[in-house]
Amino acid sequence: MVKFLPLKEAVAENLHDGDTVAFEGFTHLIPTAAAHEAIRQGFRDLTLVRMTPDLIYDQMIGMGMAKKVVFSYVGNPGVGLLRRARDAIENGFPQAIEVEEHSHAGMANAYEAGAAGLPCAVFRGYRGAGLAAVNPNIRSVTCPFTGEALAAVPSIRPDVTFIHAQKADRKGNVLVEGIIGIQKEAVLAAKRAVVTVEEVVDNFDDLHPNLTVLPNWTIATISVVPGGSHPSYTHGYYERDNAAYLEWDEIAADRERFQAWIRKNVIESSADDFAGRVEHLRKAA
Amino acid sequence: MSDKTDLGFTPNEMMTIAASRALKSDDVCFVGIGAPSAACNVARLTHAPDITLIYESGTIGTAPDVLPLSIGDGELCETAVTTVAVPEMFRYWLQGGRISIGFLGAAQLDKFGNINTTVIGDYAHPKTRLPGGGGAPEIATSSRQVYITMAQSKRGMVEKIDFFTSFGHGDGGDHRQRLGIDTAGPTLLITDLAIWKPDPATKEFTVVSLHPGVSREQVQDTCGWTVKFAQALDETPAPTELELKTLRDLQARTKAAHQGTAKGKAA
Repeated sequence: MVKFLPLKEAVAENLHDGDTVAFEGFTHLIPTAAAHEAIRQGFRDLTLVRMTPDLIYDQMIGMGMAKKVVFSYVGNPGVGLLRRARDAIENGFPQAIEVEEHSHAGMANAYEAGAAGLPCAVFRGYRGAGLAAVNPNIRSVTCPFTGEALAAVPSIRPDVTFIHAQKADRKGNVLVEGIIGIQKEAVLAAKRAVVTVEEVVDNFDDLHPNLTVLPNWTIATISVVPGGSHPSYTHGYYERDNAAYLEWDEIAADRERFQAWIRKNVIESSADDFAGRVEHLRKAA
Repeated sequence: MSDKTDLGFTPNEMMTIAASRALKSDDVCFVGIGAPSAACNVARLTHAPDITLIYESGTIGTAPDVLPLSIGDGELCETAVTTVAVPEMFRYWLQGGRISIGFLGAAQLDKFGNINTTVIGDYAHPKTRLPGGGGAPEIATSSRQVYITMAQSKRGMVEKIDFFTSFGHGDGGDHRQRLGIDTAGPTLLITDLAIWKPDPATKEFTVVSLHPGVSREQVQDTCGWTVKFAQALDETPAPTELELKTLRDLQARTKAAHQGTAKGKAA
């Protein structure tokens, strides 16, 4: 049954060295606080799965936590490149990482197949694309009914998935709304899931019946971390900190400045600091 | 190159506005970030008010008041007709054949409309690791047509791209059909200097219209392949006052909005 725990314990209980882990959230609801807790606890040899590695994987790769990264867009959305990830891929700094690259369609289908308990995903994709030649996990199957050649990729089955969501009720059911991305699939595809939430409410009685709710028995652990997705955003709570994304480009460009930033904002900080970081991004009601 | 003081608009403004004119109210457009996003929203705010704009974060029929910095800004969801999950976006809406125009930018482009946004240099040992394809590989093959927009440069428009992120017309001719791709692929390229369309047989992009004040030499000097020009070359109509005002207002609102969160906070 789902447990409510402080983030430090939630991460310690569910993440281990060598795990395949997904921290998902498609631009919206990125579980930054959970990623920072993982950095503080210093895990190693992780296979990091995420459609858009974004700042959190730039940070984890820069801290030498990744053995491998599985992704479909390794950029800083709307800004440019991810400079720590680049340094690892281009220069092997701080260590060389293995890369498994897909398209968004490939990753989305692979998560969905994972949630569906299937061994692989089948879709119309990668036609003429160079990725099919460099990624041995992109293969082809023939439709037994029409003869059409379709792309196949293995399903994604993380050991653990971390997501951030708006709220949980007291029983531990979790509500996700806005740009819902791939979170539901990533949770259902994983062996265990950890959710950080903005708040806990008594119940979901007054909500629309078709909202995305993950039942409590699909989740291992919930941690309450207000502001926990900053500098990403939480629809209905605070806006995306676009200035921080722009600023990250400069921080990550320099190895020493990156380390200093991590020391101050991650190592010497805690999950409790996130609430203050979004104060200026909360909309005036 | 012409600048604003000569003509009253910049080459980039001309590019965005020329691109916006290619879109119609009944289009369902899958929008790439950057230049395509600006063009699509200028179209929506001028001659194509009913255009359906779709961003890969799952927002369908969105009408942002400011240009999003990322494909998943909250503004896109708040103004959308509906927002769907990412797998649904790619499976039902894109793969399902519901997109009329896929609008892409490019880091590297060749004359057959093949796009590279993955690496400069060798894939395994890249000189520069670029962000990669995101949604583009399937946008390029599942949208009924593809429009491309980018500023011209010899680095960007090259004889041979380093990586086939998104397939255009391959080696030209019927290469798409031979791979079982039944969509039209790139049918329009809008740069800061010209409008290009593929030759009906070879599929090589050919200049069909020069923007005001632009010479053939300027187009050739900023392109890495030998440029073909149509026999009857048009001149792109200059931006109207309404188009320019719409674009500039949109960019001013966007700038103000994205700076609005800058308060020196730690990320």
